Amino acid sequence: MNSFWLHPSLILILGALLLPLVPARLKKAYLLLIPLLVFVRTLNLSAGVFGHVQFLDWGLIFGRVDKLSLVFGYIMSLMCILGTLYGLHVKENAQHIAAWIYVAGSIGAIYAGDYLTLFLFWEVMAFSSVFLVWFRRRPESLSAGLRYLLVHVAGGLALFAGMVIHCRTKGSWAFDAVDVHHPTAAIYLILIGFMLNAAVPPLHAWLPDAYGEATFNGSVFMCAFTTKTAVYALCRGFAGMEILVPLGVIMALYGVVYAVLENDCRRLLAYHIISQVGYMVAGVGLGTAMAINGACAHAFAHILYKGLLFMGCGTVLHMTGESKFTELGGLWKKMPWTFVFTLIGGLSISAFPLFSGFVSKSMIVAAGFEEHKYWVGFLLLLASAGTFLHTGLKVPYFIWFGKNQPKPEVWNRAAEPPVNMTVAMAIASALCIFIGCYTPYLYKMLPFPVDYQPYTAYHISETLQILLFTGVGFFLLLTKLKPEPKISLDLDWFYRMGGRAFLWLARKPIQATDTLVGELYRLAGLIPLMKTARLAALFDNNAIDGLVDGLAQSVRGFGRRLRLAQRGQMQENLAFAFAVAALVIVAVVIYSSR
Amino acid sequence: MKLVQLIEFLRHRLKTVVRICFGLLALLILLDAVLVDKEHAHTHLERLPAFWSIFGFLGCVLIVIASKWFGHAGIMTREDYYDE
Repeated sequence: MNSFWLHPSLILILGALLLPLVPARLKKAYLLLIPLLVFVRTLNLSAGVFGHVQFLDWGLIFGRVDKLSLVFGYIMSLMCILGTLYGLHVKENAQHIAAWIYVAGSIGAIYAGDYLTLFLFWEVMAFSSVFLVWFRRRPESLSAGLRYLLVHVAGGLALFAGMVIHCRTKGSWAFDAVDVHHPTAAIYLILIGFMLNAAVPPLHAWLPDAYGEATFNGSVFMCAFTTKTAVYALCRGFAGMEILVPLGVIMALYGVVYAVLENDCRRLLAYHIISQVGYMVAGVGLGTAMAINGACAHAFAHILYKGLLFMGCGTVLHMTGESKFTELGGLWKKMPWTFVFTLIGGLSISAFPLFSGFVSKSMIVAAGFEEHKYWVGFLLLLASAGTFLHTGLKVPYFIWFGKNQPKPEVWNRAAEPPVNMTVAMAIASALCIFIGCYTPYLYKMLPFPVDYQPYTAYHISETLQILLFTGVGFFLLLTKLKPEPKISLDLDWFYRMGGRAFLWLARKPIQATDTLVGELYRLAGLIPLMKTARLAALFDNNAIDGLVDGLAQSVRGFGRRLRLAQRGQMQENLAFAFAVAALVIVAVVIYSSR
Repeated sequence: MKLVQLIEFLRHRLKTVVRICFGLLALLILLDAVLVDKEHAHTHLERLPAFWSIFGFLGCVLIVIASKWFGHAGIMTREDYYDE
């Protein structure tokens, strides 16, 4: 047992648990203080392996600090500050607690040195982030949250099965790079678990389903953490896994296609997460030093600009109550600054020169060309034309301009948001531009030394031509791009409709069979049985009852008390169980690392 | 409120703004053809003048047409589709 190592997640979890005790007038300061402390702690981490905890037979490692985990830990704790600032005016403590525990799960997974710790925090993320969906409190939110949870539990099970088999055969629980050239079935199971969280098709449909339905600030958190933790895990374990290259390219284009069809601005952004994470997944698949650098850099830049975009669209939703393009339009008069910040996010994700995407995305594309995989380079550039088409043009145009006139009540509600939301967007915008202009800030943090210069005349000219002529195409095809008040079916259709088919099966054929069997049983078995039973009852009544009755009555009494303690609300039960588990884990960790 | 006035100012002169934009696009192609060093281009194709402009424009058209075709082939449906 070594000396106590202060885990950044521990600060967040304890901070979250103590939040209800903080007096109302100090709450805002406290809400800013805890993420700041986490950020400072992350900055002060030195490389090495810390936080060994012996738990039963397993040696858990909570703190593996190296260049790869540092860059992800840095951006996650930075995003925690921005996300909390953005939702600072939210009164309900539980929303902040859920968000912080979610971030703690993500940071914990990043510093985890073994599969068990990774899995623990992995599940913490799923079970806390679902509350960010439920807190929107629409009837749809409840079912969207449950679907989100079920899908993530399925992914978690694949990961769990894979890691148990993998580690038993290898004889070690350490979470390191797997042998990507000779993958076993267990390695594929782990990969499926990671790919589900990274939203790699066909395991992606949970993402737009949940992120489009979460609270206005819940989505800001969700868009940053789950997928990027998975990108980290892929970087760590699966660098150079060939199959990820085509999968990443498919992702990049898949998100673009669905974004054309999407009418809800936050679901459009969610599809663009799939597209952008596709670049990172392809980078991991390429596996060269430059590609891994690119994946990390792009994850870093992505967390900021995607957070910014979700803040912009979340602001529109928060102020007007609408997130559909067909219900919005012409808002530039009412929310001009929100427009500017969202546009900066759009230019960053589209990789315009001087914005953050330009210095990160191009590393992955260049790595593809360098490996002579020309199809990767060209298709990723095609996807970046699509990115600008939607996030840079469609989102700002149809919300803030366009011919559509929103309903009077929507128009009257529209206004610039509370100051904390504006400040959060302004800081995120400034960071997007800073990263794009001053490359050493990001490049020095990357896991490998960077020998890449994004600002060459050729690269600038190439990018500007692609993007600006995409713009020409946008305005020429404007009528074709007009949003339609429809939804697009995605692969979640299979489990949404599959669930219904199962219910029908249970209600109709299975129940009918059950009734039939029951009737046969009654005629052939039950009636003769009753006669014998009457004889047995005589003995039973006189001898055994006395003994059993006392026992049964005490069980019933206990059950009645337990029943009163809970009201059959699944969310409450989950929250309660989760809180107890969190407390136990914290206690065990603190106790055994002494 | 100055920002609103700026946007208003530009909207009133939309034609001029569009003309300036087209001028800039032409300038971009010209600079690319004359000045930019294409020594490090990955393929021969990219050395054609305005290659990336054509790539961007055709890419955009392709994405829009292909996606809309895909959507109207049965993927897009009424909003209450999943309601029971």
